[in-house]
Amino acid sequence: MIHHRPIVKTFIFSILLSTLVSLANMGYAQGGAAAGDAAKGKALFTTNCASCHNPIKQITGPALKGVTERVPDKKLLHDWIKNNQKVLAAGNPYFTKLYNDFSKTPMNTFPGLSDADIDDILKYVETYQAPSTTPGGDGVTPKTEESDNTLLYGILTLILAVIMFVLLQVNSSLKKLSDDKEGIPAQEPIPFYRNKVYITFVILILFVLGGFWVVQGAIGLGRQQNYQPEQPIFYSHKVHAGINQVSCLYCHGNAWDSKHATVPSLNVCMNCHAAINEYSKGPKLYREDGSEVDGTAEIAKLYKHVGYDAKTGKYDTNAASPVEWTKIHNLPDHVYFNHSQHIRVGKVQCQTCHGPIQEMDEVKQFSALSMGWCINCHRTTKVNFGDSTGNGNKFYSVYEKFHQDLKNHDKDSITVENIGGTECQKCHY
Amino acid sequence: MSDKKYWQSFGERSNSEAFQKSTENEFREDLPLEGLDGKGLLDAKHPRRDFLKYLGFSTAAAALAASCEVPVRKVVPYVNKPDNMIPGVADWYATTYNVGGDIVPVVAKVRDGRPIKLEGNEMAKGYTNGATSARVQASVLDLYDTARLRFPVQMVDGKPQEVSTFDAFDKLVSDSLAGSAGAPLVILTGTITSPTTKQIITEFLAKYPGSRHVQYDADGYSGILLANQTTYGRKAIPSYKFENAEVVVSLGADFLGTWLSHLEYSQGYAKNRKIDEKAPKMSKHYQFESLLSMTGANADDRYVHRPSEAGAVALALLAELGGSVSAPALDDKLKAGIKKAAKDLADHKGKALVVSGSNNPDIQVIVNAINEAIGAGGTTIDWSAPLQTRQGIDSEMNTLVADMNDGKIGALLIYGVNPAYDYYNAAGFKTGLAKVKTSISFNDRLDETTELAKFVLPAPHFLESWGDAEPKPGYFSFIQPTIAPLFKTRPFEDSLLKWSGSAVTYENYFSQYWKSKLGSMEAYEKALQEGVVEATTAAAAGVSYSNAKVAEAAGAIAGIKKGAGFELAVYQTIALGTGAQANNPWLLELPDPVTKATWDNYIVASPKFAKDHFNLDLADRRQTDKYEVNPEKHMITIKVNGKESVPMPVVFVPGMDNNTLGIAVGFGRQSAKADNTSDFIGKSVVGAGWNAFPYLGYNGTTVEWSAIVDGINDKVSAEQYKVAVTQTHSSYEERTQVVKEVTLDQFIKNPKEIHEEREAELKPFGGIENFDKDGTLYPYYDKPGIKWGMSIDMNACYGCGACVVACHAENNVSVVGKSEVLRYHDMHWLRIDRYFSGDLEDPNSIQTVFQPMLCQHCDNAPCENVCPVAATNHSSEGLNQMAYNRCIGTRYCANNCPYKVRRFNWADYTGADSFPNNQDQTTVGKLDPTVFQMNDDLTRMVLNPDVTVRSRGVMEKCSFCVQRLQEGKLKAKKENRPLKDLEDVRTACQQACSSDAIVFGNVNDKESLVSRTRKDNSQRLFYVIEETHTLPNVNYLAKVRHTDVIRGVKKEEGEGAAAEKAEKHA
Repeated sequence: MIHHRPIVKTFIFSILLSTLVSLANMGYAQGGAAAGDAAKGKALFTTNCASCHNPIKQITGPALKGVTERVPDKKLLHDWIKNNQKVLAAGNPYFTKLYNDFSKTPMNTFPGLSDADIDDILKYVETYQAPSTTPGGDGVTPKTEESDNTLLYGILTLILAVIMFVLLQVNSSLKKLSDDKEGIPAQEPIPFYRNKVYITFVILILFVLGGFWVVQGAIGLGRQQNYQPEQPIFYSHKVHAGINQVSCLYCHGNAWDSKHATVPSLNVCMNCHAAINEYSKGPKLYREDGSEVDGTAEIAKLYKHVGYDAKTGKYDTNAASPVEWTKIHNLPDHVYFNHSQHIRVGKVQCQTCHGPIQEMDEVKQFSALSMGWCINCHRTTKVNFGDSTGNGNKFYSVYEKFHQDLKNHDKDSITVENIGGTECQKCHY
Repeated sequence: MSDKKYWQSFGERSNSEAFQKSTENEFREDLPLEGLDGKGLLDAKHPRRDFLKYLGFSTAAAALAASCEVPVRKVVPYVNKPDNMIPGVADWYATTYNVGGDIVPVVAKVRDGRPIKLEGNEMAKGYTNGATSARVQASVLDLYDTARLRFPVQMVDGKPQEVSTFDAFDKLVSDSLAGSAGAPLVILTGTITSPTTKQIITEFLAKYPGSRHVQYDADGYSGILLANQTTYGRKAIPSYKFENAEVVVSLGADFLGTWLSHLEYSQGYAKNRKIDEKAPKMSKHYQFESLLSMTGANADDRYVHRPSEAGAVALALLAELGGSVSAPALDDKLKAGIKKAAKDLADHKGKALVVSGSNNPDIQVIVNAINEAIGAGGTTIDWSAPLQTRQGIDSEMNTLVADMNDGKIGALLIYGVNPAYDYYNAAGFKTGLAKVKTSISFNDRLDETTELAKFVLPAPHFLESWGDAEPKPGYFSFIQPTIAPLFKTRPFEDSLLKWSGSAVTYENYFSQYWKSKLGSMEAYEKALQEGVVEATTAAAAGVSYSNAKVAEAAGAIAGIKKGAGFELAVYQTIALGTGAQANNPWLLELPDPVTKATWDNYIVASPKFAKDHFNLDLADRRQTDKYEVNPEKHMITIKVNGKESVPMPVVFVPGMDNNTLGIAVGFGRQSAKADNTSDFIGKSVVGAGWNAFPYLGYNGTTVEWSAIVDGINDKVSAEQYKVAVTQTHSSYEERTQVVKEVTLDQFIKNPKEIHEEREAELKPFGGIENFDKDGTLYPYYDKPGIKWGMSIDMNACYGCGACVVACHAENNVSVVGKSEVLRYHDMHWLRIDRYFSGDLEDPNSIQTVFQPMLCQHCDNAPCENVCPVAATNHSSEGLNQMAYNRCIGTRYCANNCPYKVRRFNWADYTGADSFPNNQDQTTVGKLDPTVFQMNDDLTRMVLNPDVTVRSRGVMEKCSFCVQRLQEGKLKAKKENRPLKDLEDVRTACQQACSSDAIVFGNVNDKESLVSRTRKDNSQRLFYVIEETHTLPNVNYLAKVRHTDVIRGVKKEEGEGAAAEKAEKHA
């Protein structure tokens, strides 16, 4: 006797398994952008200067590369950066001219920068090279496709299914032949669509698939990963945060103090856009549908909302109207999330949750913002307990036992979960 | 029959059948399954198959919903963001509560432009020092009251007609004023303490010769003012320094709850009530009164008398102290009490204080004589800083009403008062008002007075205004707006300035005045920022006493008429006072400290009254159920001044004088046309009680708050009235060691008594020391970082309810309305339990204990074990957490909670659900209009955005204000420092408590106040029903009474308990 039934079972099981595997693969394509080890000067430049200066481009302020040659007096340059008002008051002809050239827009003072800091910044500025990958005229950014194996798995599954079907048919033909030979009367052949075994398996597969989709759908209720709505103004984070390296906190400064990061108010835009009134030097911008964006026209939209007349430089507050952006990142009402907690205490980079925002023209929701996603991070993220010299956050001094454990090397780090970061009322109250 | 030692209800005392039954069930009703008709589930109208159908349908619906688009949400940033505000971070502005004559410096928490919470201003060192009352806490809700008038109106035939602009309104008024040339103009206000307003009124009056300003207070204190005029030559109310008083005798003054500057007094009083274990010592408080007031409930020795005997008691006390008056005839027990009090007073000369709640100047003259005799002047009575609120003189108002009726008044400007409701002679005022040609009201809604005025210019709420107040000389408190005016309102002062021809607005006037007075812009800004400016030099304290009028006063007192039968005492409740905030759902749902009733007033009477009139023996276990289990109360009518009242319900309170009935003012608001009440005064006041102001009388010089009852009709109707009483809602299933009390003498003799009792009880389970680990099978969990804990000192809790309302405001606790309270659906996270002990027959023996009860955050919590979905569980910081979105509403946790502090959302009280029909009255039962008032978009602006609004079908409870804990911790982390005790974290109830009875903090920090409190008071410390090994994180400090005997503790316990058991089994 040929025991073909167990073979069939094995076949079906493997098909089911491979189907599930291929489906499961669809859901888990995640990535994170790790913060690079930027040189100190670059970091300082990004935080302090980048909102008005670029090393090689003139924006609100002049292009900075070559400044050490233009101003050879190092002390003077340092004084200027620290407190430009003082230098102007002293009447330096070079700076006075510069001040007038830039329509008397005063530069911020930076009393907090040390001489070493300024040297770091200058070093960075002078050694700055224009990023070679910056796309030129063609504008089409070659996208590195993330390897998506779904199709491959699908085809494989299909081929395997066909092979299985053929083999089953062969198997049954051979059995029939051998039965004929041994003289066992052949049963009436049943077509496969009336074969109860087939029908059962098809139903089973449909049930499993259906169940899977229902559960996935239910879990996904209200979630909107990859949500990328069209905004009233084509604001490109790539141009601002990427190419021009405006610090995230320059515009979203609210995130430093508050639970909300907030979309910046329009007066923040005008800090730079009072001077930058056209988009000409950057790469061409395209919408998702492929149509080209006129950057200058988008800036004009901003002016309209602010009530600003670019020609006269006058504001008409009566004509001003707020921009109604479409909110991308939405949390349910029963979730409390605090930006300042994460970026200031946890020192989490914006990109950890928001993805490579500096590469996005129109922003899309990068993360699932699901509870599992939050919890996973809380389980693995280490808390700033500091080392034995006590340079961690002093708040955690109350956790005497954990400090003892760290000292005795019973634990090598404390995660957010250890201090209760996965408890309900850390986020739900 | 055995007497229970402590009881919350008569039924509990007599251990009635209904009480026994009630202890078995947490929830009194079955699930609202329709159409079961006593048949099995399968035969029901909706059998199981239907359930499966619904299940299938809802799954399909959810699947459909899943495929639908998620709604698109917008985010709209400012065009030009103000520099000083950060969305998502609260700003705090110092301002001043000035409603109904009370002045309380507060700070307002403003979140994204909306004031959402008020807290006491702790810069106000010399005055309220950060204390708040329930009314102050609730006043932020009045800002968002839906019944507020939204624009200026002209009243035509009792209907408001909008006046389009202020200019048009000014024109109407000036035309009308021009027509009444010659006849004097009167400004009628409450007591004005604001220096700028006073000055503006003076300037205005100068433009209208012959006109005058009349100050009228609904709860006037003319008695004290006139008496002080007589004996001290100053028409003023001194500061009472309770902190210096070792003996306090109160003759009917509710000085902890409603009397004068009660917030100051309760703080001072608390100083001598808290016990230092090492040197136990506390003040002695005698109370002589007719009703059981909240202050009386806190007294050490308490004696009752008829309201008409208030003067006699004062005279007797003076006589005992050697005054040259003869003691009138009084009841023996009362006499003994007076003798005892007099001896104590005499022994503590210079450290004693006598206050009287009477508004009769003769009685106050005698009280002044007593205070002179005990040397109170200069120590407990301070004339250097007299109180400047409540300066109204009753006779001036009387004259005004007479003048109005005589047609002598040409124009009446009414601001902030409502005499058509709260004047004893409201009828006379109304007829008079009709004769005034130009009547203008500046109130915030169309209240009883305003709807009778011809022109109405709505006044802004204090949170929308500029202003100042001077509650004591040289002591200023400032009002600054915390939100732009919500409606088309204009400050009263603006109108006066405008109508007197001035071009400046009040805002400018105010800033000019203070800039010049304080000397500089910086000083002005500092004053606004801090909210208060305190006097640098004390005013002259010179008063000289004259006893010339004592004999005359004694004579007058002897002539006070005594009722043959019953007498009526009219009082104010803690929640509503005189009713200025009557449409405030938080206050209406706040249980009265003594009766624990909500949403109504009623006649209070003694248990003897029940026996005499309704043949109801409240000591009998079978009969108490008739009265107590059902909310229906007997109705009576009373005849006062020859007028028969409408039927009103009676609530029986032990400790009431047997010949006194009481009724509270502040309720029974009604428009001239009753149908208008909801629109004009507010949705919540409709049907809330009866107006008791008409029972006030006039004795020729002042308004009297008592009356003689000429007759009682107890057979008016078989119909009874439902009163929503909360105290019977939660019980401890006979675990009676919930409150612990000792006398001061006992405590001095053996301070360890309570500690030893605990030690003996816990000994088999490891003793106090190891009870947490040895008393259980469950594992022991570490609390590595912070462990939150609370300590409540029962010596300092007076039951005022400020914490209850603060909790409402902070935590978005729902208001459920009277019909839901009647169904035991009240939602208070924090309740104040009131226990009586003593002999029902003897009102003098009744002792009362208040115990705030909230989630105890047990480390071994019974609720956590029974939750099938782990929606409630424990945090590593010792919090008993509640995840609302996880809760499926089985209510097992509430059933298993021994403290009965969990609350279930039977309906969608706050409009939280996204499905539109969850307030459908056909499925959840009738909801009161107040629920819909609270759900209005306007009212919802008061919600705290950091706290989830709970939806129907989930359980909720105290969270220890976890949002504040998280915020405080975050602040410390951002500033890279350890948590600062008291500075970073305070719960709302702790903040609101005027006597600092509640202490909260990190118990793992040995230096925190809560740790120190527990350590320093280890002898008094106890946990409620700790023998059940719940390991609460809330501890209580036992109450020490400065009295001879604790009624609740009986030594013949063994016998009594055995008898009780025997009876139960029988």
